[in-house]
Amino acid sequence: MKKTVLTVDDSRTMRDMLLMALEDAGYHVIQAVDGIDGLETLAANGADVVITDINMPRMDGFGFIEGMRADPNHRTTPCLVLTTESDAEKKARARAAGATGWIVKPFDPAKLVDAVRRVAA
Amino acid sequence: MDAFEAIKATFFQECDELLADLESKLMLLEQGQTDLETINAVFRAVHSVKGGAGAFGLEALVRFAHVFETLMDELRGGRKPCDTVTIKTLLRASDVLADHIQAAQGLAPPVDEERSAGLVHELELLTHGGEAPPVVEEDEDDFGFTPMAFDAALDEPLADLGGSGEIEVAASEAQTGWRVLFKPHSRMYGSANEAGLLLRELGRVGPTTVSVDAENLPTLDILVAEEGYLTWTIDLTAEVDEKVVREVFDFVEADCDLTVSPLGGAPALEFEEEPPAVLPASDDLDVAALLAKAAGAAPPEAPAPAPAPVAAAPEPAPAPAPAPVPPPVAAAPAPTTAPVPPAQVAAPVAPAPVTIRVDLDRVDRLINVVGELVIQQAMLSQRVLESGLARSSGIALGLEDLELLTREIQDSVMAIRAQPVKSVFQRMPRLVREVADMVSKQVRLVTAGEDTEVDKTVVERLAEPITHMLRNAIDHGLETPEDRVAAGKPAEGTVRLAALHRSGRIVIEISDDGRGINRERVKKIAIDKGLIAPEAALTDEQIDNLIFLPGFSTAAVVSDISGRGVGMDVVKRSIQALGGRISISSVPGKGSTFTLSLPLTLAVLDGMVVSAADQILIAPLPAIVESLTPQESDLHYVGGVDPVIRFRERFLPLIDVAMTMGFRDTPVVPNEGVAVVVETEGGQQAALLFDAIQGQRQVVIKSLETNYQQVEGVAAATILGDGRVALILDVDVLVTDMRRKSGRPDFKLAS
Amino acid sequence: MNEANDSQRELIAFRIGRQEFCVDIMSVREIRGWTPATPLPRSPGYMKGVINLRGTVLPIIDLGARFGLETSEPTARHVIMVAHIGGRMVGLLVDAVSDILEMNDASVQPTPDVASDQVKTFVKGIFSIDGRMISLIELDHILPQVEAEAA
Repeated sequence: MKKTVLTVDDSRTMRDMLLMALEDAGYHVIQAVDGIDGLETLAANGADVVITDINMPRMDGFGFIEGMRADPNHRTTPCLVLTTESDAEKKARARAAGATGWIVKPFDPAKLVDAVRRVAA
Repeated sequence: MDAFEAIKATFFQECDELLADLESKLMLLEQGQTDLETINAVFRAVHSVKGGAGAFGLEALVRFAHVFETLMDELRGGRKPCDTVTIKTLLRASDVLADHIQAAQGLAPPVDEERSAGLVHELELLTHGGEAPPVVEEDEDDFGFTPMAFDAALDEPLADLGGSGEIEVAASEAQTGWRVLFKPHSRMYGSANEAGLLLRELGRVGPTTVSVDAENLPTLDILVAEEGYLTWTIDLTAEVDEKVVREVFDFVEADCDLTVSPLGGAPALEFEEEPPAVLPASDDLDVAALLAKAAGAAPPEAPAPAPAPVAAAPEPAPAPAPAPVPPPVAAAPAPTTAPVPPAQVAAPVAPAPVTIRVDLDRVDRLINVVGELVIQQAMLSQRVLESGLARSSGIALGLEDLELLTREIQDSVMAIRAQPVKSVFQRMPRLVREVADMVSKQVRLVTAGEDTEVDKTVVERLAEPITHMLRNAIDHGLETPEDRVAAGKPAEGTVRLAALHRSGRIVIEISDDGRGINRERVKKIAIDKGLIAPEAALTDEQIDNLIFLPGFSTAAVVSDISGRGVGMDVVKRSIQALGGRISISSVPGKGSTFTLSLPLTLAVLDGMVVSAADQILIAPLPAIVESLTPQESDLHYVGGVDPVIRFRERFLPLIDVAMTMGFRDTPVVPNEGVAVVVETEGGQQAALLFDAIQGQRQVVIKSLETNYQQVEGVAAATILGDGRVALILDVDVLVTDMRRKSGRPDFKLAS
Repeated sequence: MNEANDSQRELIAFRIGRQEFCVDIMSVREIRGWTPATPLPRSPGYMKGVINLRGTVLPIIDLGARFGLETSEPTARHVIMVAHIGGRMVGLLVDAVSDILEMNDASVQPTPDVASDQVKTFVKGIFSIDGRMISLIELDHILPQVEAEAA
């Protein structure tokens, strides 16, 4: 069965790029536009892997990951953070919040898919 | 268009939205609303532009956005104040950012480097608080915003980790393998990483032999499922760089003890698909020593571990069930990128309204078909009426309902194309800043009614006249700061741009609190240019409206800022081309207000149905002032030939439309017809002579150019209830055409 | 396919006065009876005006007048051929549609010099069927603005 990836990003461009790369790699993709939408989508649909942006309106990526980890159903769902290489601090914060790993922007589709594969059970 | 190009197009679309958002948030900052959420919103907009630009390798854009973003980061961190100077700089930076985006799209030439560099410098100065110029900034390349820089970005810090030169040497000597000591901390499990997956990943690099040290494993009664009790020893037989091995542990390096050392060749147990849960230790390595060494080699970028998150706190066994299998999702992923919120949104924050993106072509096709429906319905009604059916008959009543439904469908369909004028209004603050700078005036722009909706085509065509009138207001309307202060006004002038709905039309008002129109000067110019007779007695209102006369504006009165060589007559003409009207009112010393009103859509038109020489014609209602039956006493003939008619104490040229259009050769006797007074560009009036007026109705506009070409004196066509085509008159052309022969009698004959 | 193989084409033949013309059947969308047109101001004499064709405003060209022939006022017996010309839909007013022909390109002869210049602008060639002479019309130059550009 296809694995489902939830992408949480407020940028349509980024959502589109993730969608294209992941669908090409055979994943089923569901999307959310910010942290709150992400938690709701996750609760409603579940996901095998989650990819989230950090800077988003309403609820940012840290809040989203914390919220996700607080939910017993998604405590062990792998979650990758989209970040920029310069953000060592963000990586640390994301890790502290419970992120499984990160994807450095701008990403190339092969690396993205590789990262998803690595954390997907 | 391939998928990549399509996403790029999406990106630029999104950029437009981000820029609009950026602008409006900056305006809020400027108005003193410097709360964290507003600053954050600005940060996010710039950040998103940068993110997308990076993905498409738009380097100039990335670089500029990066500097912008860095300052925003300082501001939102509270490390730098969000003061007036900063906000002004941010506003100008947003202008340059917009230009970079235009350039990246190929819509504009590359941004002037000096201008861009100048702002980069200003932004950096603000970022670093005017301290010693930051040498480090030269290292911007570090940010890895070269497209597809993933490899480098991942590798470099890891290569640093490798540390000792020995390992580098060893690696280059065709290393036969690596021994990896790996002791996960509990936190690693808390972030949903799994030792098994990491071992699987290492297995992809080369053949592995795995053993596990379970010595620290407590008895089951006190075992905490997510505590890290085990230490794995993995021998990897593969000729790879150490960094390849470390890369596998990239995500967890801060959450485990990890050592990687060249393989000595000690045999170990074979690793089978799944790591055995508990295996006896097969090696007596000094783990503690190794751990200490590993700690020393901790990556510099990994900070001291933050407090463990709630989720990672020890919990009573048993461990939760494996991640639930998501229910099969029946619906295919939506092809559009529109957010699809869950069915029930209980969040306190207002959810964004559900929207879909639709090709404009599809909407237009729908509008077209609905137009046909309206016509067909009207034709059917007329046929039924002609057939002599009683008005109370079932058919007639059903038709009435049909008519109501048809109208409703038409309104609903038109509403699809309706857009708030916001998109145009948002471009204006920048314009105002630039023009104000150019003429050294202080200007505050106040906008109102941005959410007023109007047809997309109208919105698009509003930008130019509004731009023009704002320029005019700043350049001509407002005084210099000195003059204003001398006149007892604040040095900063105010220009107000407002939109509102009024009786089925949209009204745009542009007002300034400047000096008002200098009527003496305007009148003198008009006389000098021969636009009015020197002795003409004009009301204040008439004088004010002289500025719309063609030929009034010249380089002498219109600077390059407000005019670009184009006069207000052109503005008026472009408004009228949209079926709109424009007027000005002015109070000396207090300021001027331009008011323009436009139809809400260009697909239908309110028209007066008239007949002339057996032809049915439509006169656009917005151009009509009044209709009257000519009285013999009001008719005169200039030079005994050209007919004029007295209207409100002025003589207007009387144009026999059927003659002018070549529908008949002999003029109609004026007092047997009906005269319709129309107003054209420059506020000039004329009377059109028809045979009869048949009524008023809304007509669907049909282009003649689709299958034929433009026809002089005809703006468009429509289809009448009886199925025949009727022409919609181009009043301006009709009147100016006549004027070439008859001159400008309306002003010269003013009594 | 057929066209490519043997240059065999189907043509619609029609009459204006006593002369017979034809056009490629592919360019004719439909044929309908004459309905009074709404005249357009200041147009060439051969522009009869515009009619409503199911919601589309269709310009009507009096083809005979366009060729410089003498024509009379159209009556209910006249016919409008709705043709596709360079992305536009145009109605061509003719006396009557007379035939559907199959013709081989090879049988077309060049327009003889005796024809007037105005005719030669539109006539691509002539051929004979059953002793009738039929002129093959090139529709590309029928619309007035093309003429304006050429002038």
